[in-house]
This record gives sequence, structure tokens and C-alpha cells, in this order.
Amino acid sequence: MADGRGPGRITTSGVAFAVSMAILIVVSLWMFVAKPWWFPTLSSVHGADIDAVFTAVLIVTGIAFVVTQAMLGYFVARYGASGNEKADYWHDNPKAEFFLLTGTALILVVLVFMGQRVWLKYYFDPLPENAITIQVTAQQFQWQFHYAGPDGKFGRTDLTLVDGTNQVGLDEKDEASKDDVVSTSEMHIPVNRPIIVRLRSKDVIHSFFLPNQRVKQDAVPGLAIEVPFTPTVAGNFELACAELCGAQHYKMKGLVTVDASEEEFNNWLKAKLSERTGD
Amino acid sequence: MTDTHGHHHEDEHAHPQLGFWRKYVFSTDHKVIGIQYLITAMAMAVIGGTLSLLMRLQLGWPHGSFPFLASLMPKAFDSQGHMDAGFYLSLVTMHGTIMVFFLFTAVLTGGFGNFLIPLQIGARDMAFPFLNALSYWIFLLSCVVIFSALLVEGGAPLGGWTAYAPLSALPDAGPGQGTGMTLWITAIALFTASGLMGGLNYITTILTMRTKGLSMMRLPLTQWSLLITAVLGLLAFPVLLAAAILLVFDRVGGTSFFIPGGIILGGKLIEHTGGHPLLWQHLFWFFGHPEVYIVILPAMGIASDILATFCRKPIFSYKMMVYAMAAISGLSFIVWGHHMFVSGMSPFLGSVFTITTLLIAVPSAVKTFNWLGTVWGARIQFTSAGLFSIGFISLFVSGGLSGIFLGTSAADIQLQDTYFVVAHFHLVMAIAPLFAAYAGLYYWFPKMFGRFMNETAGKIHFWASFVGVYCVFFPMHILGIGGQMRRIYDPLNYAFLQPQQVLNVFVSISAFFLASAQIVFLVNFFVSIWAGKRVTENNPWKATTLEWETPCPTGHGNFGPELPVVHRWAFDYSPPGATEDFLPQTAPAVPAARQH
Repeated sequence: MADGRGPGRITTSGVAFAVSMAILIVVSLWMFVAKPWWFPTLSSVHGADIDAVFTAVLIVTGIAFVVTQAMLGYFVARYGASGNEKADYWHDNPKAEFFLLTGTALILVVLVFMGQRVWLKYYFDPLPENAITIQVTAQQFQWQFHYAGPDGKFGRTDLTLVDGTNQVGLDEKDEASKDDVVSTSEMHIPVNRPIIVRLRSKDVIHSFFLPNQRVKQDAVPGLAIEVPFTPTVAGNFELACAELCGAQHYKMKGLVTVDASEEEFNNWLKAKLSERTGD
Repeated sequence: MTDTHGHHHEDEHAHPQLGFWRKYVFSTDHKVIGIQYLITAMAMAVIGGTLSLLMRLQLGWPHGSFPFLASLMPKAFDSQGHMDAGFYLSLVTMHGTIMVFFLFTAVLTGGFGNFLIPLQIGARDMAFPFLNALSYWIFLLSCVVIFSALLVEGGAPLGGWTAYAPLSALPDAGPGQGTGMTLWITAIALFTASGLMGGLNYITTILTMRTKGLSMMRLPLTQWSLLITAVLGLLAFPVLLAAAILLVFDRVGGTSFFIPGGIILGGKLIEHTGGHPLLWQHLFWFFGHPEVYIVILPAMGIASDILATFCRKPIFSYKMMVYAMAAISGLSFIVWGHHMFVSGMSPFLGSVFTITTLLIAVPSAVKTFNWLGTVWGARIQFTSAGLFSIGFISLFVSGGLSGIFLGTSAADIQLQDTYFVVAHFHLVMAIAPLFAAYAGLYYWFPKMFGRFMNETAGKIHFWASFVGVYCVFFPMHILGIGGQMRRIYDPLNYAFLQPQQVLNVFVSISAFFLASAQIVFLVNFFVSIWAGKRVTENNPWKATTLEWETPCPTGHGNFGPELPVVHRWAFDYSPPGATEDFLPQTAPAVPAARQH
């Protein structure tokens, strides 16, 4: 068999493979560039940063994807066996390896920095002073939202007080709890006002997922985890449970209304309070 | 070792007639054990695959009525033929568990590991043949136990293959969390024990029983990958076993390793106090991430060797391939927290795990360059095995790149627990390894059974599968970007998911297409065992490695009276000056060929 250096034979299988790679590239470009389906509409301040990180990673990995799949397709089409000629005999190129290795590492370092800037800002920037804190408690298979009310102080809660009508165990005798509001499955927040969700779980792990606001945080029994975000769009949104929590997991939905003004939000709170106290 | 084996070999001559049971069932021959693993795992794959089809049926048509299935499984469907939500989640749990442990880990290390290690290193059997057989029988027992979880009262557990506590720790937390969960833990513990026995055997055998001339840097990449995988298993499996034992204590012993105080379940305050749910996640993923590489590394090794064979070209940068696998496996122990970015773990750790995780992309990229370098300038023979090894590269690239999104903690906030994750890990640690396993089956089938699998059927299988897997798993990225959560019984329950339901329908239809392509494989496999074209030579693919020095199928003791002696590396394809386009590892020095 002759030593190889010339072109290989172009084969049906090889061309078929190259065509599949071409289709894969075109379809994925269409999906990721034309975006016939995409993220739920962005509706929070920090969400823009998260989307920007996603886009940066998408551009880098997208280029890598197209280049590698295209090269694979081309080589496979180009270098079929002819039966009377050997393949090239080379199997090392330390210089090329070095450049590719360092190149990859450098690109990744850039991505790490871009991602970490957003991550650190989200988790370590001081929480805004004027934020509204809402104590959110997850349980199989619903959400409880506990508001401090006008006094800004949460009433005492006690696990031994929990029953069918008092799901968060609010101590009615505590002075601070007089104006507290507890809402099941329905959360209201005013637009453009920083919100802190203080997340707890009563039973198993759940996850507080606001797809439009780019918020996701697991609710872990035994922990109280604070999640900040600022909604930027008024309207009705959905809250999903993103962590498998039991048989009816899929039903663990909450409704989130982002009120167009503080006034609307306060009216809702007032209405909820009078529902509770019967005034 | 030679002495022992000489003795062993004489033994075989002294007792040439093993009965049917000793020869094919309770055998200590590594090849029989390997094939037992393969066939058992294939049976588990049929079960695991069927479960996924039921899931796809539900996801494609969430409000659909399936009276026929309801008549088969009356407990799993209501009177109108709608699937039960708890049953859907047991499908999720069992599909994941069966595929990760009982298919992929079992096929790649148990099946190919057992079959190939002695053959490719020029040994007559494993270092501890009895332990090897024991490992298989315990594996089989674990398969029976996990399967029985589907049949017991309350059904299989519904907490997913990750079995997060406290859902897994509280028997009252849902149907299936009682007996079903107990069986799940038992099966996993048995599987772990079996895996440890196998791993110990692989390491000892590869390190101590290589034939003369076969230095470590002359090993085929399959052997390197199996060695590294065995080390990973030895370090990772005990952690899972320990976690499982702690979980049992929490469930029946009144301890609280994973259960904090103050849990109210069904309106009642639970008596546990002081545990931490995240401890389970740390232990599970400390095992779980190396487990990903326990699956993918042997796939890389197998695909690399088969790729070189059918490219008729040496693997590009053999040394870097070995170092990359070692680097990946080392890093795999310090990245587990990327499964937990939004778990409530300290965000400081999130930063650390992002850095370590993205580091893994470097050796992974090295491997991809090297595969491309192997195909460049090749003379590809488009056999079924060769096609599957090429398909592996494409799938590994597709699945690997999406890992960069998920490893970037900031982007993961949105993507965690969505179908983007499902798309990522299916492509990279299920479908790519599946393709490598298929490549391996088509390639070593002649060595196992003395016959070929049908090539036409093999190519139909490849093309249908290649198109099928992309149609099933690629749109899942988009579903995940759209926000569809994992493990959701009815996506239509959420208004924001409704516009993309058409993608779910497309994925489901593609899944049925993909599954039917696997029937072509199964028929081809089993028919070919008895009716395939006979292999008339030792080395039908003109490959270099030692298993091809033995007859097809290989007899007990593997090699003739003399063990082979190795003179070169495993990748002398198309060496200049040689008359043929390969030189087997046993070929003595040829002046014109480059030496290794």
C-alpha cells in the first residue's frame, strides 16, 4: 500500500456526514440567532446582566461549535479510504497543542471574569435600604407570602402555631403581627422597587423560580436565604417550583403581580389585611 | 504472574470440559463475565428506555388519555387513562437511576472493562477471577432489587436519581418514598459494592499483569481510560455508599444527618432535629460528578481506539490524550459544587466551583482537537463501528459546550433545573457514551461471538440514531432557555411554557423514532450471535492491539501457550514503509517505521 499524502476519496457516507453537520449548524444558528423561542421576557434589573453573560458564552461556544462541527464534517467527507493508499502518518504537534491549550485557557479565563462580575455583584453588593422584605415559605405544594405590613416589622412566628388556617404559624398576640399580611400562592410587589425574598421551606427542598425576573433559589428547610431582585415590568407573572418536591410538584405554582405603582401595591396589602382581620 | 498463568493454562488442559453452567453462567472467565454484564445492561437499557418513552408520551401530550396503557398499568393511570403525577416522577427516578448506574456504568466498565482488559494487555484473565464473578452476581442482584422497586406498593421512589434529602429521608414525604425508596437505597448500595470489587480488579490487573514489552505508554487508550475510571470509582463509590448508609439511619434509625429541625409534614411536626439537607447534596455530588466521568472516560478511550482503527491513522497526540484523561479525572473531584450554585450553598463556593469547572473545559478541548487531528488526513473506512466513533465526537462537542453555560454560575441561575441541563447531560454523558458503546459492540462483536453483526443494519442504526438523538436532545436546550423545569409532569400548567409545547411534541415524536432505531440494533445483535457472517481470521478490522492476536471467538485462557510480546505502541496505523497500513503491537521492529 502506498504511503499517503494525497487527497482521500470522497465517499457517500462521508458526504452524508458532512451534510448532516451542515444541517446541524444551520438549524442551530437559526434557533440561537433568529430565536423563534427564547427566554421569557426580561423583567428585572439584574436579569439583564445574567442575559448578557449568557450571550457572551453563547458567542464563544457558538463559534467553537460551528468551527469544530464544520471541521469534523469536512474531514470526514474529504478523507475517505481509497483502498490503495495509506493515511498520513503524523501524530504529534506540540506547538499546535500548546497554542490551542493556552488559547482555550485564555478564553475561559475571560468568561470566568465576565461571569464572576455578575455573580459577585448579585450576591455580594449590599442589599438596598429601601427594599421590601417578604418572607416566603414553601411547602408541599404551595407558597406562603408573609408581609410585615405598614410597621415594617414581622410578627413572631412559631412552628407550634402552624395549622390549616395559619400556615406560617403567625403569633396573633404579638403586637408586630397585627398589621402583617399572609397570602397563599399570590404575591404582589411594586414595580421598580427592590425586593428581598426571605426564603424558607417547611418540609422538603423547593426552588423559588421567577423565569421572567431571572431569579432562582432553592428553599431549604432549616435555612432562611435572602434573594434580592428589582422588578422592572408591571404585570402578571408566574412563580414556579424548580426543585422536585413530591408527587404534586408540577402544581406548585404561584402568581406574581407586579403592581404598576406603590399605591396599587398598598391597596392590595390593605385589602388583604382587612380580609384577615375582618374589618 | 507468568508462572501462575502457565499453571492456569495447564489447569485448563487438565479440565477441558466445563459443563454448561460453569462455562456460560457461573463462569470466572472475564470474557463471559463481560458479556454477562453487557447483556444484563442491555436488558436494563430496554427497561430504562421504555420508561423514558412513557415520560415523553406524558410530556408531549400532558392531557392525553392512554386507555391502552391504563389497562396494562391500572395503578399508574386514572379511570380516564390520564397518567398519575406520582407515577410520572417514579418514571423520572427509575429512568435516571437505571441509565446512569445499571446501563452506562455497567456496560462501559463492567462489560467492556471485563471483556477487554486481559485481552488488550496480554493476560489470561483478571487478577481476581472469583471476585470478578462475584462483582457480576452482586450487580445482577442490584438490578433485580432496583427493578422490584417498580412493582411494590406505593411504587418506585419519586425523588429523582439524585434522591435529595429530606424528600428521600422522610418515608411519608410521598408515595414511593417508603418501600420503593428503601429498595432504591439497597440497590445502590449493592451496586456500589459490586463496582468496588470490579474496580479493585481492574487496577490490579492493568498495573501488574501487562505482558512483556507492554509499558504503560504503549497501552491502548481504552486501557488507560479503564484504569483511570477504576481509580475514580474506588475514590467516589465509597462516598455514595456512606451517604446511603447515613440515609438509611435517618429513615429507620431516628438519626438526623440530613433532616433539620422544624419540619412540618402533613400538618405534623417531625421529631428530627439538627441535620442539614445540603450535606446529602455535597456527599451525593462528591460521588456524582466523578460518576459522570466514570461513564464518559471509558467512552472516550473506546471511541479513540476505534476512531484510529477506522481512520487508519495514529491517534493524534497520544500522550496528551492520556494526560487529558488524568487531568479530567483529577479535576472531577473538585467541581461537584457546580450542581449546587442555587442550592443555598455559600455564593463564595459558587465562585470557586465556577473556576474549577471551567478548568475542565481545557483538557476536554484538548481531546476534541486531538480527535479532529486524528480524522485530518485519515483514510476513513465507514464501518458501523467507525461511524459511531465519529458520531461520538460530534455529540461530545455538542454536549460539552453547553456545559460552559452551566458552569458559569451567573448563567446557571436561570438555567439550573431546566431542560437546558437535561439536554446538556444527556448529550455529553448519555448519548455520546452510548455511541461509543455502540461503536465498541460493532467492533468487538466478532471477538465475542465469532461472527459479524450485519453492516447494512448497523448503518441504518447509525444514521437513524444520529439524526434521532439530535432531534430529541437539541430542542431541549431551547425548552430550557424558555424556562421549562426538569421533572415537571405537566408543562402546560404554566402559561409561560405553553407557546413552546410544539417543541415537546417534536421531541416526543423524535424519541419514538429514536427508540425504533434501537430495535434494529437489538434484532441485529441477537440474530447475529447465531446467524451473523462467520469471522474467518483473528484480525478482521486490521487493528493493532493484542486482542486481535486471538481467535474469534477467543477461547478460555485467551492466548496460546505463549503470551504475546509487545514491540510497539498501539497506534501504528499507516506507518511509512510497511507493506500493510498497520503494524500490530506484536510486530518486531521494522527499520523504516517510527518506533515508540
